[in-house]
Order: sequence, then C-alpha cells, then structure tokens
Amino acid sequence: MGAAIFFGCAGIAFGPALALVVLTVAAEPLRVIVLVAGAFFWLVSLLLASLIWFISVHLSDREDAKLQHGLLIFGAAVSVLLQEAFRFAYFKLLKKADEGLATISEDGRSPISLRQMAYVSGLSFGIISGVFSVINVLSDSMGPGIVGIHGDSPYYFITSAFLTMALVLLHTFWGVVFFDACEKRRYWCLGLVVASHLLASGLTFLNPWYEASLVPIFIMTLCTGLWAFFTAGGSFRNIIKCLSCKQEDDSRVLMYSALQVPLED
Amino acid sequence: MTELSAHLPQFQHGQLTENFPDNHLSNTQESMASALFNTDQNDNSERRRHDNSECRRNDNPESETNGQPQNNIQQVVEQDEEEDEELTLKYGAKHVIMLFVPVTLCMVVVVATIKSVSFYTRKDGQLIYTPFTEETETVGQRALNSILNAAIMISVIIVMTILLVVLYKYRCYKVIHGWLIISSLLLLFFFSFIYLGEVFKTYNVAMDYITVALMIWNFGVVGMICIHWKGPLRLQQAYLIMISALMALVFIKYLPEWTAWLILAVISVYDLIAVLCPKGPLRMLVETAQERNETLFPALIYSSTMIWLVNMAEEDPDAQRKASKNSTYDKQAPASQTQNEDAEADDGGFSREWQQQRDNRIGPIESTPESRAAVQALPSNSQMSEDPEERGVKLGLGDFIFYSVLVGKASATASGDWNTTLACFVAILIGLCLTLLLLAIFKKALPALPISITFGLVFYFATDNLVQPFMDQLAFHQFYI
Repeated sequence: MGAAIFFGCAGIAFGPALALVVLTVAAEPLRVIVLVAGAFFWLVSLLLASLIWFISVHLSDREDAKLQHGLLIFGAAVSVLLQEAFRFAYFKLLKKADEGLATISEDGRSPISLRQMAYVSGLSFGIISGVFSVINVLSDSMGPGIVGIHGDSPYYFITSAFLTMALVLLHTFWGVVFFDACEKRRYWCLGLVVASHLLASGLTFLNPWYEASLVPIFIMTLCTGLWAFFTAGGSFRNIIKCLSCKQEDDSRVLMYSALQVPLED
Repeated sequence: MTELSAHLPQFQHGQLTENFPDNHLSNTQESMASALFNTDQNDNSERRRHDNSECRRNDNPESETNGQPQNNIQQVVEQDEEEDEELTLKYGAKHVIMLFVPVTLCMVVVVATIKSVSFYTRKDGQLIYTPFTEETETVGQRALNSILNAAIMISVIIVMTILLVVLYKYRCYKVIHGWLIISSLLLLFFFSFIYLGEVFKTYNVAMDYITVALMIWNFGVVGMICIHWKGPLRLQQAYLIMISALMALVFIKYLPEWTAWLILAVISVYDLIAVLCPKGPLRMLVETAQERNETLFPALIYSSTMIWLVNMAEEDPDAQRKASKNSTYDKQAPASQTQNEDAEADDGGFSREWQQQRDNRIGPIESTPESRAAVQALPSNSQMSEDPEERGVKLGLGDFIFYSVLVGKASATASGDWNTTLACFVAILIGLCLTLLLLAIFKKALPALPISITFGLVFYFATDNLVQPFMDQLAFHQFYI
C-alpha cells in the first residue's frame, strides 16, 4: 500500500496515454486544443448519463438492491450510448473546423488532418474516461487500508489499473475507426464500434471474475488496435519499412514557400 | 482585425511594403533581443511617445514621396488584411496554449496547496467584507447571509472601481501608484511569509527566523523588481502566477462556501457589464486614458511575450527604423483593441498606453477587479513582416485569481474530490478557449471571466451532485463505462 501501489498503478493505467501525449500531442497547439475539447465533450456526455441515472434512481425504490444494481447497469449502458453519440457530435464539429482551417490557410490545406484529429479525439476520450474512472481509487490507494477485507478481491487496485489502460487504448482505437467510418459512411463499422464499446463495458460487469473480464477485454484491445492500424492506412509493408529504417529517395521537387514574388512598385 | 487594419495601413503599410526586406530583418533581430527581457519602458516612454508622434507626422509626406499610386496601396492593404486574417487564426492555437499553460500552473499550485496545507481549508474567521456568518440554524438564513455577503463584496468592488476611475479622471496619479505599490508589497512579503510558514508547519520543517527573513526578503525584492521594473520574462511570469495563486488562496480561506459561489457568479456578470457596456466604469476609464493620450494606471496583466523593440529612441527619420517603429506600433495598436469603432486613423494613443501599462506589474488587492477588467484578453494583430512568435496575448491577473478560486474551492469542498476538480479544470480551459475564439472574431477587449466561470460553476454543481454518486457506485462494483 501507499506510494508503491499508487505509482505502480498510476504508471500502468496512464503510462501509454502519457507517452502518447508527450510524443505526439504536446508539441502541437492545435492537437492540445482538440484534446481538451474532446475531454469536454466526454464530460458533457457523462453529465447527461448521470442525470438520467440519478433521476431513475430517485424515481425508484432505494431499498431494493437488485433494482439498484439493474439501474446501475442501465445507467452504464446509457452512458456508453451517449459517449458514442457525443463522439459523433465531436466528429461533426471537427469536420467543420477542418473545413474552416483549410479555407483560411495559405495553401488550402488545413494544418491538421482529419485522421490526426480522429486519433487525438480518441485519445482525449480515453484519457478523460480513464481518469474519471480511476483517479479517486488511486488517491485512496495512497492512504492506509486493507484491500478486500470484507471479502472482495485483493487485486482491486492492479486490475483497475489494467482495465483503465485497456480502456484508454480502446478509446483511442475506437476514435480512429469511428471517424474513418463516419467519413466513408460505413455504418456497419459504426455499429461495430458501438457494439464493442457496449461489450467492453458489459464485460466489466463480470468483475471480480477477472479471467472472464480482463482477458477478453485485452484480446479485444489487441483486435481493435489492429483494426485501427489498418484503417489508418497501416500495412505490413509500412511496419517493415519503418523497422528497417531505410531512407527513401524523395524524387519529388521541393517547393520553397518562402519565395515571394516581388511586389510591383 | 478589419477595423484596425483599415486605419493602420494608411500610414504603415505604405512604408512597410517598400521596406519589406529591411523591416523583416530589423524586426527579427530586435524582436529576438526584446524577447529576452523587458526594456525600461518608463525611460523610453517619453522618447517613444515623441517618436511615435513624429512617425505619424512624417507619415503623410512619406507616403506621398513614396510615389506609390493609391490603388497599389489599396491592393497591398487588401492582401495584408487577408493574410492578417489567416495569420490571426493560425496563431490562435498557439496563443491559446500560451494562456493554457500559466492558467494550468496557477491552478495546479492552488490545488496542490489546498490538498497538502490544511491551513487554507481551516475556518479562521471571515474577511470584513463578508461580515455575515454562514453557521446558521436554517438553510434560509444561510442563503440570506450569503446573498448579503456577496452583495457587500460586490458593492465594495464597484465602489473601488468607481473611486479608481474618479482618481484617474482628476489626475491623482501619485495616489494610485502608491496604492498599487503598497498592495504588491503586501502580497509579495506578508502573504508569502504566511504561506511559507504554513508549508513549514505542514511538513514539520524546523526553520530559524534569520533564514526565513533572508528568503522572504530576496523573494519579495526580486518580485518587486521583476514586476515593476525589468526582469527576465519567465521570471516575471512566474511571479505573476505566484501572486495570483497567493491571492486565490486568501480568497479560498476566508470566503465561506455559499458566499464564494455567489461572488464568483456575480463577479462574472459584473465583468461582462463593466467591460462591454458603454457606461461601464472600466470602459470609461479606458476611454479617458485614450482621450488624454496617456498611460493607463499600472495594471495587473499577464503577458505571454514581450514584444518591445529595444532602444528605438533616435530622432532621425530613418526609413528603416520608422518602419520597424511602425511595426511596434502595429503590434501594440491591436493590443489596444478599443471599444471605439470609430477611432481615427492616426489615433495611436491607446497603443502607447498599453506599452507603458505593461511594465508595471503590481499586485493590488483591492484593485484586482479593476485591473482584471481593465485589460481582459487581448490579442495582437499580426503583420506580414512580423515573426509569429513575437505576438503575445494578455490576460488580466484577476482572471487567474478567480479561475483558481473556483478550482481551489472545488477541490477543497467537493465530495467528488478529484472528479469535480478535474471537471472544473476542463470547463475553465474550454471557457478560455472559447473566449479567445470570440476574441479572434470580434477583435476587441473581452471579459475573460463569464464563459469560463459559467462552465466551471455548471460543471462543479453537476459533477458534485450527479456524476459523483454515479461514478462512486460504478467504482464500488468495479464497473467501467
């Protein structure tokens, strides 16, 4: 307990996300803004879902434990659907922003591509979702206590950390696939993303039977990762080319944009 | 952007186009030099004022002797306007980040202090501005007391703002300067001494008075120098963030809960009124300063870059220098995005005020609202020859303070703890982003509080009451959504 668990679990949960942010997002202002705005959209979706759950709980019998359990599952499902709806809304907003940026830029191309925005928006949803799920757990893990003293699983912290990591990565991959599906109007892809999100969330209802929840979720993360990789334009050839570090001869003509036509006097 | 660039090109772009290569070089050199530290504005201010007026006087003959036909200038003007528009939005993202970072840092300092040092969450009485207690028997009484407290606080702020405007109108500059210097002395020495003492108590660090005296003396004196005179840009920014955090901590400690939320709400409304209404005290202040063509009183502004040209004092009408002076002019003129849409073409008085205004960074306690409202977020217009990194954006320190108060109060009193704090943090950042977007569209001084505080308050209450029970239940069962 204490600092070791805190740093360990925080590292597991947010290590990949932090690395991705530091390496790909932090340097570009536009991507940081897309990141923060994505977090905002996720928060609004969570707000609405909590409102619905809150109302349903207050309208129902508080004493009935099974009903409350059922309402919680219902609330979680509503939340998943709302998250995907807000992901779609964010896609619409980013598409408009992309067009706007393209029109006002010098060479007619926007400084950030829709694919990059898809990735960053997925990452932002993942980070904020992971943070909201696990930050209170992490802050409790710093203090004194005994895990599972009432008969719950003693592996609560470490499994939470792994689940959070999986969720962050899943959201990133879903973002990429989702935006691509919306762009190409492949609605079955959209449906598949929503279904896999519902499945991932549903599998966590099997906690603390971790073999049934953690393992399938990680398999799903891997599969979705591969799917997102191929959707974003990756291929085996790309990987081999990247790994072999071969410099490709650029036979294109370089255009110097700093040259200015002298103004007529 | 359009209204200002329409006025400026008449005397600037004509010269700029001709001197474009020279101008570009001199600008980058000077801008690099100026980016390193504040120049002494007080010394150069008189000379610069003279130079600028001289620029303007030499304007018209200059453009005539250029021999450029009028339509050529028009063409250049349009081209510049388009490029300015593009460049404005392209720079927008960078400036948003330039404000995100200090606002985030200030909030991080405040939240870290609140979480670790228990002094700032302990109830040790209230300020004299909020005399009614909130430890009452009934909810109705508590609500009434908090409304009265907020009313008193807001009237104090309004009275002080009006007093400041009156003092300014009747040219009592010494009183204003003295007031501001005393306030910043208090903040930099006394409040930081208390803060240091409490941090030592929290971590049980044994410390002697002599060491503390030495530390506080150095901290305070360097702070006064950096803020009021010259200093490295980063150090000055760090000091401004630190005094904003100290001020926010004072508010968090001494304002009871309901009063604090009410004050936040009312102050964003007041901010909106004072900056945008034609008869608002701050708008009147700014207009008076503009009429007199002189500097506004020293205000609290956080500036992300220093774009002063160094040593532009010589009198001889060298075209190159004039062009670069004009470019300084251009840089500051938009900073003075005046609320007067019908500013004359050669009315540069406001920009010079902003020049002089920027050196004086003092920390008044009572005049925080004025300074906050005096300059909210202002962009700088771009210019073809200007190095993009040189344009800065400014935010009043009062905005820093109230953002941090909101997030600090959220972390101190919320049951949802970190969830609520993070939600408020994201809300404030998004509000700031939207405000800067509006700024890029409307191109005049805007209040930075309303949108952010509104989002922050909505998210605080919603997260604390709706989201927190939901997430708590989910975490209890280890469900993930």
